Amino acid sequence: MAFDSFADFIAMGGYGFFVWLSYGVSFLSIVLYITYIKRQKRQLTQHVVAEQAREARIAAAKQSQEK
Amino acid sequence: MFVWLHPYAKTERAYALCNTLMPYFLSAAILGLSVGLVWGMLFAPADYQQGDSFRIIYIHVPSAILSMGTYVAMAIAGLVGLVWQWKTAYMSMIAMAPVGALMCFISLFTGAAWGKPMWGTWWIWDARLTSQLILLFLYLGVMALYYAFNDRQQAGKAAAIIALIGVINIPIIHYSVEWWNTLHQGSTITKIGKPSIAPSMKWPLLVSIAGFMGLIGTLTLMQLKNVIIERELHRPWVKQLLSERETK
Repeated sequence: MAFDSFADFIAMGGYGFFVWLSYGVSFLSIVLYITYIKRQKRQLTQHVVAEQAREARIAAAKQSQEK
Repeated sequence: MFVWLHPYAKTERAYALCNTLMPYFLSAAILGLSVGLVWGMLFAPADYQQGDSFRIIYIHVPSAILSMGTYVAMAIAGLVGLVWQWKTAYMSMIAMAPVGALMCFISLFTGAAWGKPMWGTWWIWDARLTSQLILLFLYLGVMALYYAFNDRQQAGKAAAIIALIGVINIPIIHYSVEWWNTLHQGSTITKIGKPSIAPSMKWPLLVSIAGFMGLIGTLTLMQLKNVIIERELHRPWVKQLLSERETK
């Protein structure tokens, strides 16, 4: 172990700000990108479901007209 | 020779392949990143010149090396698309672009945060830094060009050509520290035969690079699945897949 205490670990020998800034921003940007992918997928799903509901409504309307 | 590859030109097969490969990349990412980063942050010794600030290396170097690796992979996918006219090749190309851009951004940002305490500046128009910034613009250019077309096949062709031209930047980035006088230090692990980094620092770095490879693979597959769905939105298999997902 390169550090004696938890406070030492956070301090990073005086470079804490720069080290944790790097790790923080990298982690955050990866998490944000994953959220973006998930949101994109959800939107595509909602689009397909809405489209199918519309097709079903059109089919139902056509059937009721024919009667 | 490549006949076994042909079924994957079909989007449904390619989508299924994404699902098959995902767990392997995901476990490589989780395992590699947790082992590599904990090892590097807690157990690797401090540098004799840079103290603990050198620990930024465990994200800076993997993201920088792999932003270049991803670019080459993206250009190869573009070339395959141009030669064999496979739409799945173009899809893989455009799925890799945002992931590579993300890695490129991470390498630039962590480089800046490392440069400030070591060089006294966040940024300098130095050969290595500038050529890496151009790599980010190339990624953004490939995406911008691709999404500027309504016809996806045309878009793939145009973006693939830009991606292929941009490959010239890769050796420039790699050799920039030798060809010009730069503030950036020379490479320590890619020196063939005699790496000049201590083994106690090198091993966690190699594990972390493997972890980043897994992460890039996972993100690319997730993005590729969305690209396939978006392109094939009106195919019955996509409709069925998504409505099943919704009812779950």
